[in-house]
Amino acid sequence: MQASLSISLSLPPAPRSDPAPAASLAALRPFALRFCGLRREALGLRPLRPAGSTRIFPSPARTSSRKTVAAVSGNGSPSKAFDYDLVIIGAGVGGHGAALHAVEKGLKTAIIEGDIVGGTCVNRGCVPSKALLAVSGRMRELQNEHHLKALGLQVSSPGYDRQGVADHANNLASKIRNNLTNSLKALGVDILTGVGTLVGTQKVKYGKVGFPDTEITARDIIIATGSVPFVPNGIEVDGKTVFTSDHALKLEWVPDWIAIVGSGYIGLEFSDVYTALGSEVTFVEALDQLMPGFDPEIGKLAQRVLINPRKIDHHTGVFAKKITPAKDGKPVSIELIDAKTKEPKDTLEVDAALIATGRAPFTKGLGLENINVVTQRGFVPVDEHMQVIDASGNLIPHLYCIGDANGKMMLAHAASAQGISVVEQICGKDNVLNHLSIPAACFTHPEISMVGMTEPQAREKAQQEGFEVSVAKTSFKANTKALAENEGEGLAKLIYRPDTGEILGVHILGLHAADLIHEASNAIALGTRVQDIKFAVHAHPTLSEVLDELFKSAKVNTGVSPSSVNEPVTV
Amino acid sequence: MAANSSAAPFLSFSSSLSCPSPSRRLLPLPVRRGSPPLRRRIPAVQAKIREIFMPALSSTMTEGKIVSWVKAEGDRLSKGESVVVVESDKADMDVETFYDGILAAIVVPEGETAPVGAPIGLLAESEDEVPLAKAQAQSQSQVQSHSSSPPSPPPPSDPTPSPAPTAAVKPEAEGPRKAVATPYAKKLAKQHRVDIEKVVGTGPHGRITPADVEAAAGIPPKKPIAPAPTSAPAATPVTPSPAPTTATKASAAPLPPIPGSTVVPFTTMQTAVSKNMVESLSVPTFRVGYPVMTDALDALYEKIKSKGVTMTVLLAKAAAMALAQHPVINATCKDGKSFTYNSSINIAVAVAIDGGLITPVLQDADKLDIYLLSQRWKELVSKARSKQLLPNEYNLGTFTLSNLGMFGVDRFDAILPPGQGAIMAVGASKPTVVADGDGFFTIKNKMLVNVTADHRIIYGADLAAFLQTFSKIVENPESLTV
Repeated sequence: MQASLSISLSLPPAPRSDPAPAASLAALRPFALRFCGLRREALGLRPLRPAGSTRIFPSPARTSSRKTVAAVSGNGSPSKAFDYDLVIIGAGVGGHGAALHAVEKGLKTAIIEGDIVGGTCVNRGCVPSKALLAVSGRMRELQNEHHLKALGLQVSSPGYDRQGVADHANNLASKIRNNLTNSLKALGVDILTGVGTLVGTQKVKYGKVGFPDTEITARDIIIATGSVPFVPNGIEVDGKTVFTSDHALKLEWVPDWIAIVGSGYIGLEFSDVYTALGSEVTFVEALDQLMPGFDPEIGKLAQRVLINPRKIDHHTGVFAKKITPAKDGKPVSIELIDAKTKEPKDTLEVDAALIATGRAPFTKGLGLENINVVTQRGFVPVDEHMQVIDASGNLIPHLYCIGDANGKMMLAHAASAQGISVVEQICGKDNVLNHLSIPAACFTHPEISMVGMTEPQAREKAQQEGFEVSVAKTSFKANTKALAENEGEGLAKLIYRPDTGEILGVHILGLHAADLIHEASNAIALGTRVQDIKFAVHAHPTLSEVLDELFKSAKVNTGVSPSSVNEPVTV
Repeated sequence: MAANSSAAPFLSFSSSLSCPSPSRRLLPLPVRRGSPPLRRRIPAVQAKIREIFMPALSSTMTEGKIVSWVKAEGDRLSKGESVVVVESDKADMDVETFYDGILAAIVVPEGETAPVGAPIGLLAESEDEVPLAKAQAQSQSQVQSHSSSPPSPPPPSDPTPSPAPTAAVKPEAEGPRKAVATPYAKKLAKQHRVDIEKVVGTGPHGRITPADVEAAAGIPPKKPIAPAPTSAPAATPVTPSPAPTTATKASAAPLPPIPGSTVVPFTTMQTAVSKNMVESLSVPTFRVGYPVMTDALDALYEKIKSKGVTMTVLLAKAAAMALAQHPVINATCKDGKSFTYNSSINIAVAVAIDGGLITPVLQDADKLDIYLLSQRWKELVSKARSKQLLPNEYNLGTFTLSNLGMFGVDRFDAILPPGQGAIMAVGASKPTVVADGDGFFTIKNKMLVNVTADHRIIYGADLAAFLQTFSKIVENPESLTV
């Protein structure tokens, strides 16, 4: 059954007292937003399902939703002047999310893909890496004698078959890819194969290399071409001993010692995989501390839990100026220079190097010059509605850019949410996506997740705008379920305004943190305040009680909230 | 201090704007004095200056970072006050002082790290000692800045033999190094205080691998499956103290139960025996038997048994005297790589007691005279029967004697207990027809002894030589009473 309701990522923070918009949106998109497209298979097989599930939302918007749902099977009828209502360039998670929503809205939609459906996330990113991390998590458990002993388990000499692990990742990617393709086909979205190039504002050509191009017109166009791994100058990638995440996910070998350049999400996740499979890891980070993007407190704890006890060392404040792949019997050589003074610092000799220095937008060959758009470091400039801005600063009508290509928030589910927001916009509904409500997760063991602002960001904003910031924290050590799993290591942190109870950010490091964050991200998206959400009931004993306790430990001084009059006594 | 803490299991804390410091636990410093691993302040003093050492906040901690000094130089400290916040591999902890005094000098400033046991500050007892302490601190920091010479160990006048490590690890040299060590190798080197510069790398491209460091630190390589024999001295066949009740590996499939059988769980002692017996399988043993004529010994026994001397004690004494001449038989193989020669000869003697077996130990059996030894033995046996033996009375054995001769057993085979090199199984002494070199037949009392030994350290010839000595002592027992 389709039990999950949609997460209203596309909603601006709405006043809590007004349930109508939320309900109507839910009725329109009765499926959980697929972060990486997993949920779509069911839809592909049962395209009429949505009509049934709308019935559980009695709302004023009900009639209108029925209309749009009825249009689903026909993939809309094109406006007379155009071949399509909407053409999406790029069939990654962002393009896919936009296409599904467009079909729901009754738009005749086509999606152009020059490579394979699924994009980075499904083929070279989140999806296969989750397969590897699933293996590394289990290996970690099986290798942790102390932990097993504490549970009373006995396991002798766990091992792994590299090819089997690699196959698991590869099979998962193809399975998800097929799900995605089938769902698009089942909905009647035209999948056009070839590299898409903008010819004019409402005109795109596409075609395979060596074949004549086809030109099509569309009322609206969404650019969703995503990104590729960013490789700084001086680093020679040979795909064998010096490689990016693209190659690493194939797990062609497990080096004894691997340097990971960059300690963001990607680097951190790979360090988890490689150390679990027996490698030793050296991080090379340009900034002064590891995991620079995280809330400092979470970063510090992450270093204690994920770095220090493992076979990992690190060099911070250094650039990898030159990386030479292994050849002629010599190991991979990495020349490090001081990030500030640029003076040579050290030379590392390792078996392999993974370049995880971030991702660069993939916007070349899009024909942006044809419509007078100049990219900024490769990113397509957009406004808050994801509408593309041209070189002279004007909005280009009917042209949008979502996902990694605009660089606002380089996450698969952010791209999808942006796509949905754009489709809403196209259909005449003003919609601005609140990026602060988009969660992010790092799937290490234990996981790290976050939504909203970090503490320094919140304090900076508070200083500028003159409000107060409070922080509440709870430990996983106090959680029954975490202790039952013998995984008490972890912290949840809430950053909020004590005057209004507004949630500014939530950061979690601990068992299943990535799954736990959604209560907080939903609260931010819906504008739920601490003093209200603290009365929500959590099943006992579950990890979600970590957040329950977190909300309860926050001290809000509104005193005017009407709900505080009949406050039930909670312990 | 703005430390939010609660010792209760419900560890929830909330901090507000006014509290800038990260969560931190107050180091639960024990008030108990003299409990060695927990003593963090070691009074290594000339005059009235005490060094504040980097404490070991966890078992895995090898170095700590000074997060902040709560007190500044010149501040007066009183016992129990927080002085410094130290970041370990696990958490930030407040470290408090055991003594009143003045924080005379900070040797390791905020943000820097120091190995566990290294001095991080100096505490002067009164104003008068402050200048002296400052001078000392200066020289100390100078020494530390010259990384070529290791930091001076605390003055030898240190009266308390503290197990806290005092030899500081040389600060890691900055800049490019010739030796390439893997991340884990470096971690291990720090942990085991191995100077990585001196380790010879055997890995690819000459790099120093974790195995190289382990070898340099004298750690046996981890075998993936076979559990390494446990530490030697603690394990004798029997440990009545609550032993870890890790069940032995259920290797064989459980057999179908025979109807009517009853299952009686092991007592703690039986569990310990079981564990030790299974463990003994990991030691390659061999056995050598030897006939010993006991006529002279029997005669001696008859003479002195009125003085409380038993045959067991006589045999133990004889074995101890023989061991004194063959120290290898009294040695132990702890790691599969080396001999551990024991400084004293402690003869463990197996005693059957109700529901089990225990091995009281006759310490220094080679040195004590036979009468003292007999007296000691009597005490031990009565204690054993009432289960009142102290750990050092049953677990310090270096050689075991097991005698079943009183039951008429003529020969048997003993299992070598973990942590010892050899065990002697003694059979009954029986009148036997013996032919001598001249073709004369005589009747002599002959006793068969059978020694089981660890062949990693004790070879057949060693054992034979030992048995020959033993037999000579028994056959000419006068020396036993000297």
